Amino acid sequence: MADGVKPRVKVPKSASAGEAITLKTLISHPMESGQRKDSSGNAIPRSIINRFTCEFNGESVIDVTMEPAISTNPYFEFEATVPEAGEFKFTWYDDDGSVYEETKAIAIG
Amino acid sequence: MNFRTMTAAAAMLALTAPMLAAGGADDDTLIINEDLEITTKAAAAPHLDGHLDEVISGWHFRDDDTQAMEMDDFDNPGMIFVDQGIDQWNAVEGSEEKSCASCHGEPEEMAGVKAVYPKWNEEAGEVRTLQMQMNACREERMGAEPWKYDSADAINMEALLASVSRGMPVNVAIDGPAAEMWEKGKEMYYTRYGVLELSCANCHEQNYGNYIRADHLSQGQINAFPTYRLKNAKLNGSHDRFKGCIRDTRAETFSPGSPEFVALELYVASRGNGLDVEGPSVRN
Repeated sequence: MADGVKPRVKVPKSASAGEAITLKTLISHPMESGQRKDSSGNAIPRSIINRFTCEFNGESVIDVTMEPAISTNPYFEFEATVPEAGEFKFTWYDDDGSVYEETKAIAIG
Repeated sequence: MNFRTMTAAAAMLALTAPMLAAGGADDDTLIINEDLEITTKAAAAPHLDGHLDEVISGWHFRDDDTQAMEMDDFDNPGMIFVDQGIDQWNAVEGSEEKSCASCHGEPEEMAGVKAVYPKWNEEAGEVRTLQMQMNACREERMGAEPWKYDSADAINMEALLASVSRGMPVNVAIDGPAAEMWEKGKEMYYTRYGVLELSCANCHEQNYGNYIRADHLSQGQINAFPTYRLKNAKLNGSHDRFKGCIRDTRAETFSPGSPEFVALELYVASRGNGLDVEGPSVRN
């Protein structure tokens, strides 16, 4: 597992029903492309997060395939409509099989 | 639009375009998290008489998108490293089995510390930068290995300490026993280095607001360090920046943590007296 991986998300605490809200996510990760070489000339193996998903109450909001050209500490900002109170679930899938999860509840009000 | 007004409009454009493109400081206001207003312009300290009238944070020399990244802790990539600094703060290390928190409590209790460093240490009889003080703590009180100067661990901790002092004015003492080191730093600031024979002052005092190739020259203030640079996607310490600047004059540089750079940090920090601590900041 890559060192120091820490997901961070920003979700408003509440929204009115049907409102489009902005979600921001950031995960610290080196996103090693596999193209670089170390000081002795050996290729540094690829180690990236290859998929990011967001679900709201089990329904898919966004599902992203990530490629090696994406830079370190990937940041995603997107919008979602919130029909009811519930929970956003964010999941990042690492090349090495690790899965990082974060959840945030949102209220209607 | 008839031909005459069109030429008039074109002439207006020709006149205003260079002004818009000029590299000077803008008039925006830096408010972090819609809550904390940062003093980014201030009257220069008396010891800058005849050199600068106003001191200006490097934030004003960046474009709006870069500026915006620093206005929200979520958008500021430097805060990732502050998070790592918090983990280090609470990590027990060394033969004494202590963490920073064992003696100092919460990081917030260190508010104001970053603002007065580098600072004369009476016991040691030397001017210490924040990183030197952190290492003194690690070696003498924790029995732990010191961090390499401007290494990731040291910079993370410096960023954490800067973040809790944000909004507090830089107030570095230059009199008393620190005066000798300060004079040395001042001499360095005005000494031309390298094949290009450039001193710090040539760019950052005489030409701030002008272009250096495609980029804007700031006053070279270090109130906002450590700084997250978009070009290398990590936090950078002031000594690393000094090193880069001297290298760019095509000179042999000093090392981060060397007595020369400690003196220069003291002097350059004192030039920012009156500006608020702003780190971790976001720059190009």
